Amino acid sequence: MMDKQKIQEFIAKRVALELRDGDLVNLGIGLPTLVANFVPEDRNIHFQSENGFIGLGPSPHEDAIDPHIVNAGGMPVTINPGGSFFDSAMSFGIIRGGHVNTTVLGALQVAENGDIANYMIPGKLVPGMGGAMDLLNGAKKVIVAMEHTNKGAHKLLKECTLPLTAMKAVDLIITEMGVIEVTPEGFVLIEQNPEYSIDEIKAATGANLIISDALKLMM
Amino acid sequence: MSKLISIEEAVNLVRDGDTVMVGGFLAVGSPHRLIEELIKKGVKDLTLICNDTSFVDHGVGKMVAAKMFKKIMTSHIGTNRETGRQMMAGETEVELIPQGTLIEQVRAGGFGLGGVLTKTGLGTEVAKGKQTVEVDGETYLLEKPLRANVALLFAEKADEKGNLTYRGATRNFNTYMGAAADIAIVETQEIVKVGDICPNEVVVPGVFVDHIVLGGSR
Repeated sequence: MMDKQKIQEFIAKRVALELRDGDLVNLGIGLPTLVANFVPEDRNIHFQSENGFIGLGPSPHEDAIDPHIVNAGGMPVTINPGGSFFDSAMSFGIIRGGHVNTTVLGALQVAENGDIANYMIPGKLVPGMGGAMDLLNGAKKVIVAMEHTNKGAHKLLKECTLPLTAMKAVDLIITEMGVIEVTPEGFVLIEQNPEYSIDEIKAATGANLIISDALKLMM
Repeated sequence: MSKLISIEEAVNLVRDGDTVMVGGFLAVGSPHRLIEELIKKGVKDLTLICNDTSFVDHGVGKMVAAKMFKKIMTSHIGTNRETGRQMMAGETEVELIPQGTLIEQVRAGGFGLGGVLTKTGLGTEVAKGKQTVEVDGETYLLEKPLRANVALLFAEKADEKGNLTYRGATRNFNTYMGAAADIAIVETQEIVKVGDICPNEVVVPGVFVDHIVLGGSR
């Protein structure tokens, strides 16, 4: 069994393979942020930081930190050559207007019709949606990157029970167990991590899981 | 005429009960000196419009901790536990607004638009009680314009007419809030003479700026 860090890196590595050369990509906070570390070398990906730039680069050395260049989580970052700064209206015009090829976000729950809940647990955790609702509506492709269950509790469901962040928005779900497509028929497992049996993956999924005829092994 | 005023004069333009827009994203591009002085003055019952509520010890988050707001309209409170605590305890009303919607509401408020139509928030709690509009067979949510009594903004550099320039990710909400407020006060790191900023480099034209104060530390 992988520990939490290994699981997160495993998921992030697999997500990175989904990104195409030249894509504009927006990564959510947490696990999705790790995806940038695993982009294959032959692909030139432009990362957007929704607080106001394209060309998000790696963290700077401590002595090179510019307090005015941070990512959407407030962490010091850099901007790559060819990047550009802009304001929030431009940033969300880019997002809502369909100019972001792919967004990668975490989730609390995803339903088999693509509904997603990832911004609040009423009475408990209410951080707010930030830019997530706009990204889910505007990005051409939405990838959810998350652990398959919450300590055993189902996150992939027939219907979300938490307040939705967006309706029918999710295209692909990548977990430590496999890769799942959201289709009109429901969840379809297209890749399986051989560390888990099909029965184990089905048991960890709170909705019907269709096994693709073209099922592949993950990575 | 120079738009430069003292920090005391600026702070006195904010009154109890006002709606204030504050620039910044997690306190990057926030008017930190104005915030400090407003906390010292102890203005109260404000309504805040800001991207987020920052951190409890930084930026606008300090005003949350000083309990200066009766209502907060923002996209994210997750980095400031005090905002969540005040909301849960019923001390402060918090309205969560999608970030892209919030900036468009500000833009609409400043630019004479009756609102914006967006798909963001459809089918969620954000849509509750709001009108939907159909355009060419597509359904959108109508989000109304927002305005404020005072906008508290940041710029890297200003000339005496209020033309503003920016560096890095500090533009965020700063570029539109001035238009949407009756009084726009900009705190800047550097004030230069008219003509010292090349017109090609102006990000916000001075027409949106009423007053300038010197400050602009982190």
